[in-house]
Amino acid sequence: MKINDVILQTVTKIIVFIILTFGVYIFFAGHHNPGGGFVGGLAISAAVVLLYLAFDIETVHKGIPFDFKKVAAFGAFIVVATGIGALFFGVPFLSQTFFTVDLPLIGEIGISTVTIFEAGVALAVVGVVITIILSISKDV
Amino acid sequence: MITAIFAPLLAAILTPLIHKLSRNRFHVGWFALFVPLTLFIALSRYIPSVADGMQYSHSFQWIPSYNINAALHLDGLSLLFGLLITGIGTLVILYSIFYLSKRESLAHFYVYLLLFMGAMLGLVFSDHILILYFFWELTSISSFLLIAFWYYRTKSRYGAQKSLLITVTGGIAMLTGFIMLYHMTGTFSIREMTALLPDYINHSLFIPALLLILLGAFTKSVQFPFHIWLPDAMEAPTPVSAYLHSATMVKAGIYLIARFTPIFGHEKLWMWSVSIVGLITLLWGAFCAVRQTDLKALLAYSTISQLGLITCLLGIGSAVYAFDFEPDALIFTQAMFVAFFHLFNHSTFKGTLFMVIGIIDHTFGSRDIRKLGGLISFMPATFTIAVIGSFSMAGLPPFNGFLSKEMFFTAMKHVYEWNMFSSEAISALFPVVAWIASIFTFVYCMIIIFQTFFGKYDPEKYDRPPLKLPFGIVIAPAVLSLFIVGIFFMPNVISTYLLNPIMTSLYEPLADAMDLTPRIHAWQGWTLEVWMTIGIVIFGIFLYKSFHYWKKVYNLFPPKRSFDALYNFILERGEKSARSLTKWYMTGSLRNYFSYIFVFFIIAVGGSLIYTQAFSFTLANDAAIRVYEWVIVAVMLVAGIMILFAKSRITAILLNGVLGYSIAALFVIFRAPDLALTQLVVESVTTALFLLCFRFLPEFKLEEPAKKSVQLTNALISVAVGTVFILVALSVNSTHMFESIVYFFENAYELTGSHNIVNAILGDFRAFDTMLEAIVLFLAGLGVFTLIKLKKGREEKNVEDQ
Repeated sequence: MKINDVILQTVTKIIVFIILTFGVYIFFAGHHNPGGGFVGGLAISAAVVLLYLAFDIETVHKGIPFDFKKVAAFGAFIVVATGIGALFFGVPFLSQTFFTVDLPLIGEIGISTVTIFEAGVALAVVGVVITIILSISKDV
Repeated sequence: MITAIFAPLLAAILTPLIHKLSRNRFHVGWFALFVPLTLFIALSRYIPSVADGMQYSHSFQWIPSYNINAALHLDGLSLLFGLLITGIGTLVILYSIFYLSKRESLAHFYVYLLLFMGAMLGLVFSDHILILYFFWELTSISSFLLIAFWYYRTKSRYGAQKSLLITVTGGIAMLTGFIMLYHMTGTFSIREMTALLPDYINHSLFIPALLLILLGAFTKSVQFPFHIWLPDAMEAPTPVSAYLHSATMVKAGIYLIARFTPIFGHEKLWMWSVSIVGLITLLWGAFCAVRQTDLKALLAYSTISQLGLITCLLGIGSAVYAFDFEPDALIFTQAMFVAFFHLFNHSTFKGTLFMVIGIIDHTFGSRDIRKLGGLISFMPATFTIAVIGSFSMAGLPPFNGFLSKEMFFTAMKHVYEWNMFSSEAISALFPVVAWIASIFTFVYCMIIIFQTFFGKYDPEKYDRPPLKLPFGIVIAPAVLSLFIVGIFFMPNVISTYLLNPIMTSLYEPLADAMDLTPRIHAWQGWTLEVWMTIGIVIFGIFLYKSFHYWKKVYNLFPPKRSFDALYNFILERGEKSARSLTKWYMTGSLRNYFSYIFVFFIIAVGGSLIYTQAFSFTLANDAAIRVYEWVIVAVMLVAGIMILFAKSRITAILLNGVLGYSIAALFVIFRAPDLALTQLVVESVTTALFLLCFRFLPEFKLEEPAKKSVQLTNALISVAVGTVFILVALSVNSTHMFESIVYFFENAYELTGSHNIVNAILGDFRAFDTMLEAIVLFLAGLGVFTLIKLKKGREEKNVEDQ
């Protein structure tokens, strides 16, 4: 029996963008509202996993040509680097700092180095989850 | 100073990148060379001010919540070591550029080497004992990697493992000692300890700490009977042997002994053990070196012997502390001075000799003295350098070894005259043993020169015709040999600028009272020391000529009864028992593993709950339970019980999903949106993962019912786990064990600019935990990837054993 997954593929094409947007949204929302690097990363990887489920690995790989091991390594690197970065400003390892700016139209926005730290966490999560799932599924 | 430590480490990170970018167009060693050279020049700028008695310290906060502040300190002692590390490092890298061809995996080599350099600098500059320990182990690890550089050779792997096992065992002993020190004094800083510790001399932990720290120093500095790893470490490429295993790393133990002498020196045990172990090592190393036929093994034993000499001198130098600065005992400061003078000289001549032997090995493809001979006509320049190096080691003029050897005899004479060990026999033993060991030293120095360079050249014996090496390879040993001769003529330059600050920092109470650095004179008339040297030459020549006749002495020490055999025996037995133990509990059955985990959970968590009396709860403050909470819990109960009776995996997983999503729903009701969000996404991803794994699983079937007794135990375990969980959950609400975290809640916005307190805690207050979690996650991912990719069944080429 030939598996017909037209519906899944069509729905996925739309849904993925919603999930991705949502993932990015909760990543940034994390500073003041529920969300953050870990959940954001998981949501993004859920979107990618959905793509892998709907299409096959090669097709997706053509669209997203990342080596997810490197993504994970890069994330872990950012996490450590923000920690070491603090040393250059003469404050203890892993100190975070923040400031707020007033942008026209948008209003007050807080900018914080925690965001970089959280981005590292998110990248590490995405990389690891997808690496694990890919290596298990490729293993036949 | 921070830059000094981080520059090599940073360069180590950059090296592979540059290697890749260069695409083998140029030797990546040129880049690596730049690092120690700059550092050497930078450190040299400190020489004048340190010679004037300045000391530099610098500290920055590393993890303030655990009171780990990286305190760095630069005084005469660390400056001498820093200069040796960077100076010899520069020459060794220069040498290695010509030694290693571009075909080798150069990027690895220089990464390890720079890593080592950074670790070594960190070791000598840190004032904080835990940071010192960290760098100490880092040197062991980089040494392991460098010894196993040609990892396809069985011998390299054996040597690397041996060195790692022995030095790390010593390292852990040392760590225990450090922790004891901290327990006694309440400080991690070496300098503060120096001031505090004399008060603790009667503390019950004082002697154990002393012995454990000595154990660490002795394993690293190859003192008898831990010397056995050094000859096997000679499997490393020659630049590594010259750098790590003669000039720097093996001297880390010496550094440690010197650094801790003001702390432990008041105890006579310190003086006894350091000087006697040093003396035994001196004799045994020299004795064993003579029988070696492999030139590098010969040098390894000679290094052992020379390190024994330095250690012995340090032990005698500590007598000043042991006798509480009695005016008579001050004469022993001279021994301490000689120790460092000889340490410096040893680095120069041993580095030279290693490089020379590397050249011979590289050119002729052999370093066996039974094959070599008559090389003088091939390599006159190398020959000259070799003569300078080995005559210096033998203690002949006009080379620096002569000066330190003479002063060494003077120190030994003092031991005898002063009757330091309050027993005529032992005190007399020192000069006698020193003299005998020096004769052996003379003999093996002659072996190096005469067996390799003189005699007849026989091309038949070699596997391949000699190679023509680039001339640049001679530069590094030539520079070192210039030092050897130069120091002989101007020894007092070294002593004023480098050694004097060490003496003043080691004997701080005496610094103003007397001149601690003796003037070095090459000639002081027909003293006892000169006659001893003349005796050495006469007896040495005699022994060298008659070597054939007395060689049989070595048959008294067959390999079967050596320390190597003991090491192999312990290793073999250890592996065997570990294997049988692992086989016993690794049954391969998931059910068993689960029961281990759960039993451990019950014991650890339940036990600590009872032990700390953390269990306490009250229902008085709890809100009333609402209807939908009842409903969700009921759904979860039903789902949980249904899992047990599920007939297919899909059902089981879906029911598991029901549990997960219901928990998320509970989180929503209890207004924990962060948790709910995380739980939802985690649940979705895990379900996808489960579905993926499906096709690899065998047909689902109910297992045969186990025996009644097993079933009963399992039931007991499961009930116990559930109970413990409930008890923990109930006691979480009571805060009597820990401080409340309300501080985070109240100050989150002011301190971090974040309204979301959960994330403020994760990303800022407890960022250290989060960072480690992210790294653990990454490692776990890599682990899964490698386990799956590299599993058995690949065609393995048998390159492993050569």
